[in-house]
Order: sequence, then C-alpha cells, then structure tokens
Amino acid sequence: MSNAPLLEMRNISKDFFGNKVLVDINLSLREGEVLGLCGENGAGKSTLMKILFGMDVIRETGGYGGDVLLCGERAEFATPFDALAAGIGMVHQEFSLIPGFTATENILLNREPKKHSVLSEVFGDRLNALDRREMDQRSAAAIDKMGVHIDADMTINSMPVGHKQFTEIARELSKEQLRLLILDEPTAVLTEKEAEALLESIRGMSRRGIAIIFITHRLHEILAVCDKVVVMRDGRVVQDCPAKETSVPEITRQMVGRDVDLAGGEAREVRDLSSAKNILSVRGLWVDMPGELVRHVDLDVREGEILGIGGLAGQGKLGIPNGIMGLYEAGGKVVFDGAEIPLNNPRRCLDSSLAFVSEDRRGVGLLLDESLEWNVAFPAMQIQNKFLIRLLGGLIQWRDAKAIHAVTEKYIDELAIKCTGTRQSARELSGGNQQKICLAKAFALEPKFLFVSEPTRGIDVGAKALVLDALRRFNRESGVTVVMISSELEELRSVCDRIAIISGGRVSGILPAAAASEEFGMLMVSKVV
Amino acid sequence: MESSEKKNLGTAILEFIRNNIVPIMFIVICFFCIPLSGFSPSYLINEIVTRMGRNIFLILCLLIPIMAGMGLNFAMTLGAMAGEIALIFVSDLQIWGIPGVILAMIFSIPFSILLGLLCGSILNRAKGREMITSYIISFFLNGLYQLVVLFMMGSIIPIRHFSIKLPRGYGIRNTVSLLNMRQCLDNLLAVYIRGVKIPVLTFLIIGLLCLFIIWFRKTKLGQDMRAVGQDMQVARDAGINVEHTRLISIVISTVMAGFGMIIYLQNMGNLSTYSSHSQIGMFCIAALLVGGASVDKASIGNVFLGVILFHTMFIVAPSAGAAITGDSMIGEYFRVFCSYGVITIALVMYESKKRRSRSRSAQELARAAARETESAGKAAVK
Amino acid sequence: MRNESKDQNLNSPSKPQDVRKTVPAPQQAAELEKAQMGPVRALAASFGLPRLIITAFLLLMFIAAPIVGNDFWTQISNVINRFSWNAILVLAMVPMIHSGCGLNFGLPLGIISGLLGATLSIEFGFTGAASFFMAILIATPISVVLGCGYGWLLNRIKGGEMMIATYVGFSSVSFMCMMWLLLPYHSPTMVWGFAGKGLRTTISLEGFYSEALARLLRIQIGNLSIPTGTLLFFALMAFLMWAFLHTKTGTAMTAVGSNPTFARAAGVNVDRMRLLSVVLSTWLGALGILVYEQGFGFIQLYNAPFYMALPAVSAILIGGASVNKASIVNVLIGTFLFQGMVTMTPTVMNSIIHTDMSEVIRIIVSQGMILYALTRKSEGGSH
Repeated sequence: MSNAPLLEMRNISKDFFGNKVLVDINLSLREGEVLGLCGENGAGKSTLMKILFGMDVIRETGGYGGDVLLCGERAEFATPFDALAAGIGMVHQEFSLIPGFTATENILLNREPKKHSVLSEVFGDRLNALDRREMDQRSAAAIDKMGVHIDADMTINSMPVGHKQFTEIARELSKEQLRLLILDEPTAVLTEKEAEALLESIRGMSRRGIAIIFITHRLHEILAVCDKVVVMRDGRVVQDCPAKETSVPEITRQMVGRDVDLAGGEAREVRDLSSAKNILSVRGLWVDMPGELVRHVDLDVREGEILGIGGLAGQGKLGIPNGIMGLYEAGGKVVFDGAEIPLNNPRRCLDSSLAFVSEDRRGVGLLLDESLEWNVAFPAMQIQNKFLIRLLGGLIQWRDAKAIHAVTEKYIDELAIKCTGTRQSARELSGGNQQKICLAKAFALEPKFLFVSEPTRGIDVGAKALVLDALRRFNRESGVTVVMISSELEELRSVCDRIAIISGGRVSGILPAAAASEEFGMLMVSKVV
Repeated sequence: MESSEKKNLGTAILEFIRNNIVPIMFIVICFFCIPLSGFSPSYLINEIVTRMGRNIFLILCLLIPIMAGMGLNFAMTLGAMAGEIALIFVSDLQIWGIPGVILAMIFSIPFSILLGLLCGSILNRAKGREMITSYIISFFLNGLYQLVVLFMMGSIIPIRHFSIKLPRGYGIRNTVSLLNMRQCLDNLLAVYIRGVKIPVLTFLIIGLLCLFIIWFRKTKLGQDMRAVGQDMQVARDAGINVEHTRLISIVISTVMAGFGMIIYLQNMGNLSTYSSHSQIGMFCIAALLVGGASVDKASIGNVFLGVILFHTMFIVAPSAGAAITGDSMIGEYFRVFCSYGVITIALVMYESKKRRSRSRSAQELARAAARETESAGKAAVK
Repeated sequence: MRNESKDQNLNSPSKPQDVRKTVPAPQQAAELEKAQMGPVRALAASFGLPRLIITAFLLLMFIAAPIVGNDFWTQISNVINRFSWNAILVLAMVPMIHSGCGLNFGLPLGIISGLLGATLSIEFGFTGAASFFMAILIATPISVVLGCGYGWLLNRIKGGEMMIATYVGFSSVSFMCMMWLLLPYHSPTMVWGFAGKGLRTTISLEGFYSEALARLLRIQIGNLSIPTGTLLFFALMAFLMWAFLHTKTGTAMTAVGSNPTFARAAGVNVDRMRLLSVVLSTWLGALGILVYEQGFGFIQLYNAPFYMALPAVSAILIGGASVNKASIVNVLIGTFLFQGMVTMTPTVMNSIIHTDMSEVIRIIVSQGMILYALTRKSEGGSH
C-alpha cells in the first residue's frame, strides 16, 4: 500500500453539455512531490482542480469520468469539505479572507480551538469561548511551517497583498491532515522577493512530505521548484516529464503549439497594411480594471486592419478596450484619427465613432430584460439620434418603433440570429445569439473603429465561426478597423493581420499573424507578473 | 519636515472630526442648549440618569445584529411588542412588583423568539437590503400586533381582568396602568447622591448585559457572526452556516429588546398599548448613532455616550427652543428632526464610505505609469 | 373624510388610504403581460400569491357590500373619488423605479414642495381655482430644487437608496414642522387665530381650491358621482408620463434602470438620468398632494406627510410593479385596488361584524405587499 502514490488521477474526462473540456487525463503524485501544472487559459487546469476538490459545479454539470485515487483508494468528494477532510487543501487565486480579522483569526476560521464552558452544555458548543492562546500557538506553528514570516496579529485589510496570499497558505498548512496542497497562481500577486520566499517555502513543505500542485504562468518558477512538469492543452496532457528534462522554450511550445499547418490550413489572406496610417495611437495607458490591470501600454493601430490582442488571463489585455472606452478608470494618452480622446468618458469615445463589444455580455453588453429591438437600437439612438422621430420642431424626440423594428430585423437576418421575434427579451437567447446581438448593436452604430472583446467566449463552435466571419466581413466590406481581444491565440491568428501580446500589463511584442506559435508563447510569458 | 508633520497632524484632526462628526455636533448642540434651557444641574443629571436606566438595555440589543453585518435592526420593535404582550398578560394575572417584572420577562421570551425567527428568516431573503426590510417588517408586525391585541385579546385569547379590557368586552385599552410595578426595579437598592437617584439594580442588570455582550463576542458564535458580517461568502466557504448565524443574531436581539422594553415600561409606569413601541426603534437607533456608532460598527461605549448626548438634547431642546423662539413646540420638533437627521447622516456616511476607498488603487497606477513614461522620455533624450 | 379623522385619532402610520382590489385576476393579468412583454411564466411568478389574495378579498367586499345593506353606487363613487385623489401620488413612483432608484420612500420631500406651493399661493392672496394653478406654479421650482438635492444625494449612495430615501423624507418633514411655525405666514385663514403666527395643522380650502378639479364636468347620476376633472387631469399626467417614456430621454432612463453599466457603455450619463428621474418623482409628488388636497378639501401640515409614501409604494406594488419595473398600467390597477380596499373595508366590515378592522387590515396588506416585493427579487444587493 505504501507504494501507491498519494494522488492518482486515472482517465479523467469531463464535458460541459457536450463540450469536452478534459479528455483522458492521467496524473500521479507522490508524497512530498511538487508538480508544476501549466497551460494556456482554457486548457482545463482549473476544471481538473475543481474535480479534485469536489466543487459543486462539477456535480451540477453532470459529474466527470474516470477515477481519483488517494493512496490507492478511490475517492469521490461530494463537497469541498470532504476534500479538505481527506487532506487536500487549495489556495485559490481570489482571496477568501475576512478583511477585518487578524491573520490568526483567518488562519483558524471556523476551526478555532474552544474553551469548554457550562453554557455550551445547554446551548451547543458555539457558545464556547475561543481559546485565544491556543489559537496564537496554532497559527504560529502554521506560519512557522510555511517558513515565511507574517505578522499574525495584523488585520487583513492593513496587509500588503503578498501577505494575504501567505495567510491563505498558512491557513491550509494549519490543517493537520493536509497532505496535498494546490496553489493556483500564487505568485501572481507577489513581489519578486515574496515569490522567492514562497518558492523556498514550497521546498520546505515538500521536505515535510506535503505534495504540492503548483499552477503558474511563470515557467522559470516551475523549473526552479518542481519535481515534475505537466503541460495541458485543449483538455489533454501534452507533456508529463521530470522538470530536469525540460526547459522554458520547450514548455512554451507545448502550451501553445498546435501544428502550425493546422492553424494556417484555413486560407488566410495576407494583407500588408504597413503603409496605412495609424488611426489610433495609445501612449502610456494605465487602466484600473480589477484582475486585468494595464500598467503601461503603447500601441498603434493601422487604419483598416484587424489587430489581435492576446495574452494570458489577468495580464491586462481586457483592460485595454475597457480603459479606452471609459468603463474603468484609466489614464494616459489616446489619439484617434488625429484628435485626442478624453478618457473616462464613454460618450466622447462613442461620439468619435469608436464602438466596443464587451466581453461581459450579460453585465455590460445587454439589457437582459428588454427586447432585442432595444438592445440593438439603443446606443445608436442615444449617440447618433437614429431611430427617432422629431416632433414639434425637434423639441420632442420620439422613439421610432418602425425603424427600430426594421433595423433589428435586418441584423437578425444578416447575422442569422435565432429568436422568436424582435420583441423577445435578450435574456432568453443562447450565448451565441446574445453575442450576435452585441455585434448588431455595435454594427448599428456604424463605427469607424471597433473593439471586440472575447467575441467567442462561451459560445459553441458553429456560432464561433459565424461571429468571426461577421467580424471579418464587417472589416472588409465597411472598411472598419477592428481590434479583437481574445485569449484564444488560434482564433486571433485566423482572423487578424497582426497580433499584439500583452504580458504583465504591457505590450510584450507585436507579430504578424503568420508567426510561429512558439514566438507568441514566449511573448505571453515574458513579462508575466 | 516640520510643516509636513503639522500637515499630518492637521489631516489627522480632520479625519478625526470627519469620523466623529455626529457626536461632535451633538456636543456642540448640548453645549449651547443647556444654558438656554435654564435647568439646574441636579435636575438635568437626575433626568439623564433616569433615562440611562430606562433606555440603555434597549439600545444594547442593537449591537448584535450590527456585529452580524445586518445593519441597524429597525425590527427591534418586534421585541418591544413581545415585551408589551407579556406585560399585558402579567397585568391580567395581577402579579405586580419585582415578581411581575420577572414573570413578564419570562413570558416575553417565547414571543420574542417567534417574532425573531420570523424577522430573521425574512431578512435572510433580503440580503443587502436588510435595513429597509427590517423597517417595513416593524410596520407589518405592528399591524399584526394590533390585530391580536385590539381584536383577539378578550375574544379569542382569554383576558379576565376588566381594568385592561376595552368597555366593549374585547381588545385592550389604550393605556394599561403599570402603577403597581412602577420603578420597582429602579427603587430597589436605589441610592441617592445629592438628590440624584441612582437606580443601582437597573444599572446592575445593564452591567450584566454588557458583560454578556463582551463575553458573547469572545465565543465561537460571536466570532462567526463577525465573520458573517464582514464577508458572507468567505464565511460560507469556511463552512459557517451563514443563514443560521444571522437568524440567531436577530433572535438574540429581539429577546433582548423584549427585556429592554419591560425595563423601559416599568420605569414609565404605564403602557400605551398601541404606541409605546412605535417610535422606540427610531429613538434607540438615533441614540446609538449619536454615540458615534455607524451602520457596521458599534460598541458599548457608543451606547453610553449616545444615551447621554441624545437624551441631554432631548431634555433641553423644548425649553431651549422656547427660550429662543418663545414657542416650546419648536424644541419638540427640533429634537425629532435631530433624531431623523442623525440617522440620515449616518446612513449617508456609511453608504458613501463604501465607495470612497475605490479610487486609491487607480491613483497608484497613474503614478507608476507616469514614472515609467517619464523615465522612458529621459532615456529617449539621452 | 370619515377615514381621515379616524386615522388621525388612532395616531396611525398611514394617511387616508383605500385599498380596493377588484378585477385583476385573469383578464388584467393577460393585459399586464402584454404591457410588460414578459414571458408567461415570469408573469405568473410576478402576479404572485399575495396579490391573488388581495384580489379575492376585494371581490368579496364588492359582492358583500350590497348584501349587507351598503349602497353599491355610493361605494363605487367613493372608490373612484379616492382613486382620483391618490393616483398622481402613485404615479410619482414610476420615474424612480424606471431609473433603478427603487421605490421612492422619499416622497414626503415632494409632498413638502406641494405644501409650500399651496400655502404660499394662499398667502399671496390667490383664491378659487387660480390658487390651485398658482400652487402648482410655485411648487414646481421648489420641487425641482429639492429634487436636485435629493437626486444628488441618491447618486452618491447608489445601492442604498431606499433606506436613505425614507430618512430624507422623515428629516425633511420634521424640519418643515419647525418651519411651519417659524416662517412668516400671515394669512388669517392659515395661521393660529390667537397667536397670529404659525400655521395651523389643518387648513380648510373652502374658498380656495377645494374641488377645483373635481367640480369640472362632474357627472352625477343618482348616487353615482364621478369627479371627471380630476380623472382627466390624472389621465393627462399619465399620458405625459407614458409619452415621456417613449422619447429618447425616457428610453435612456429605462435603460439606466435595467442595466446601468449597459447604459454607461452606450454613452448615457447615468447620474444625470437618475437625477432627472428623482426630480420628476418629486415634482409629481408635489402635484399629487395638491390634487389630493383639492379633493380632500384640506391642507394637512406638520406630521401629516410622514407616512404618505408607504400607501403610494404599496399601491404601485399591488398593481404589479416590482422594485425595478413599473408601468402606467401598474399605477392604474394598483391605485384602484388599494383605494378600493381602503374605502370598502371600513363600511362593509362595520356592517358585518360591527367592528372596524379596516385600519389593521390596511396596515397588514400594504406593508405585507412591500415586504413581499423587497424579498422577492434579490438583484439590488450591495454587491
């Protein structure tokens, strides 16, 4: 029995409503081993971890195939609490900490040692007083185990962000049964020094026999600390080897490397637009978009091209259009068609004939409870006074129901939107059709310049092709400059002329779409923070 | 260097004033009104001590829901109603004095728990708008209370004693005299210092409640409430039963409000059946806020300071108003205005504080980007 | 009128209100559905159990009235009368619901503007119908200024509107309590006779604009009397509101309420739309109280406006509105049902059981309705 690995995952597969996200995954991990898990966003890393951790989503979407074995025994967790009880701990990307509590209180949240009192006999053990001294000791022990010093009495909201991360790790370490710790991009928020300390602490934990799954985009960290590396792509494990036998370029290639032929197989029209004038130029842009910070972006967009913006999640690619279009606080200088555009003012951007299709369809893109007519016509009505009848010499601007109906019909036809009629509410459409409504909304503005953010996120393959095709047509036929932001590199390569890669809130490079995958891969991880 | 220190001190003082604007305002108001009112110090102190004994218990019941992040519990009125119903039954049994008070407290518990559970489960369905909901609950329950007390008591619920029944044979009179238990808690063990009566027993009870609250904060349940109050999602992820915890906090608050109401009414000496509870929530909340509490943070100190300041204003406002304008009604209206105004200010400060901290990270980013542009520019020049 | 005085005696939290629920079960449900363009299922859910119960109760009242010996046509007249007094106050809820500011618990602010308009108009010596129009004229700038301040405040505290609106209403009423005493009014019809200053709590409008609208084109058939003028005035206001919601600005306001981020991304100035909706609500509140007074025949000052928002809020909710959706149809149905209930219950109940439980029933129904609306949709949380 002792020969059985601590964790073994056999033939794991998972689909979300027919959409395969994990195919035949096999992994094994021994006590004290550190496994580096990498892959692009959407490669299936987080789904795999959710399965391992018994998250509700997995069960709600129909469970998974294959077996998870702990120490040779089949384990199936109904809730994350079962996984915790079995000795699996996870540090999520998003902090799960109570802001007004001290590190100690957070480390022992809901597992506080208690002093027994008479009252609790009557009213249940929640009326036992907390044993503060014991709490201090336990949290000190956990912090000690972690090997990075943090102030146990400091409240979370006065801590630097790195220490919050360490508090989370200490919380997992304070669980005595902990045998396997999953760290999901823990270094993303750390300074270089803190990241060093974390790596050291990972080594320490591993010496104590705790196995670790370390998910990160900083590949050199993986090489520095891991025993073995697993690379995932498109829901499959494409590389599983000891860390000593691989290198950063090798991993990068595995992460992004589809067969170049395949990507280029689709007849891609090569256009040389280097002589076209710059229609949009961005200098020193910063955007305060939580989770997608843009630190300092300089970028030029040529008239008539489709520019792709790619990069890993959280590196700031989404922040660029959101910042320029005034949805998040931003600063810097943006010049469009010779005139500077004031930031933080959506109206002025729209007035200058820019349009934006947001990645957040439900939150920003649509009026879910209103009709398709309203959704399509609203921005054009507000900004360009289209679809209005002027009464009393323009004093009253009356909604022109007929014109609105007509334009909605037109786009429903053109984009092949499946719906019961123009009066259907947007909420009832499928994701793909909602996305098309968002495009129709932007098209109705007849902009000179269009930002499209994650146009294919969460929609099925057929709809993807239609959406991309619509974009391409819009660019070719109306001569509109398009900037498309997507985390799917292949998608960008199939539509765009040039692709800018964002890493660490900065542009790490711009390449023609035909450049090799590895080059993109290197750019993606070059400045990761 | 020195000037920057001064500046820091200046901003610190400003910050202090901004955080404590309500108590400071009230201190100023009291400062001006006390001399104008022409009351003697001993009268004033006597009044304030009486009102402290009468009100503090009631106000303390607000602390626990605040701890659980449910804001100001406008539905503490429910506890007050439970206390009143208990007092009606005790009056019906004609049990007076200390035994009557104790019996009323015991009677009030089941009613309070029932109402607290009702209120808590409604509030669990209205997360994020607890305050407006609890405020409407208090009105809604007032309707039910009237239904029970005005129509069911004496007809369905047996009430034997004629003195509390309406002449028509059912329903409770507008006032129920509690003369026979009037101030029985306050008078037992009362101490007179220079003519100021100190109701020692009442203060002892209040002291016990304070100790209870302090102890409660240290229990597992108290810790859970604080956690739930600060971040429900995190608490839930850690395995805390959020709904249950919130429910308990409202039930405790309601039970305490029931006791508080009984203490309040034994001091007053009569029960206005249909109006005693109607304004009590508002005055208690106003007093707490005057003491410097906010929607998400309140301490026992806030309660004591609040009672003293708020009731000083309450006592002196009518005569001060009369002294200024010659019309005592002005003062009456002024103190009502102050109560509402204070609650308004506290709510506005709480809501706008939520939004204030946001832009800070943007400023940092802007500075970093500016530095970078600058250094890039310099490099280019070189 | 009968109800009014009782309300005051009981020191109760609501003003004259009549809830009357009649028809709306199947037919109106269908109409409503069309009006809201929602799917059948959403409507069934939105119609909800409480509303069904109220409807059934009111139908029962209507059937019972003639049986227990109340004159049917007098009852109908009362209901219509009450409807005409209150409808505009309920209509005042619509703009703020549309712009996503929630239920306007701060309606007393608008009412105060109306009261200022009314008292100033009389103070300046206007009489008869002219005093009504002067009151509107004076109340308008006041309500716009107060509405702007109120709207500015609500824009600073998005997400917590309803609670703060309530207390803005209360603070302003209690502030005005002082002002009614202090402001230098002199008109002998309004000030206390012996003191010669300070406004009375109730001012009779006899000789001023009592029934100024109701008298217009009044239809009187036997016991049935219809205040045509007031109804027409309401119809005009409702039409204007309906029309406004069909203009560019009205569309933007609805979009702001439906999804503020969408509206912002489409270049709409969200704060300005919200401000506009608050000003509109406040102005309609001012207008509403003036229309109410002309029907009622008295101006009520001091504590009277305190709880006037709650009946209006529950009326529109009974009519089928929710915290973030409301239409003119909701106003019509809701006001009719609510006022119908308030008018019918006392008389019918009195005849049946010789006890007036109407007050209690009204509180339970109206507050229960608001509670139901608050707990039903969980969109407006703080996150």
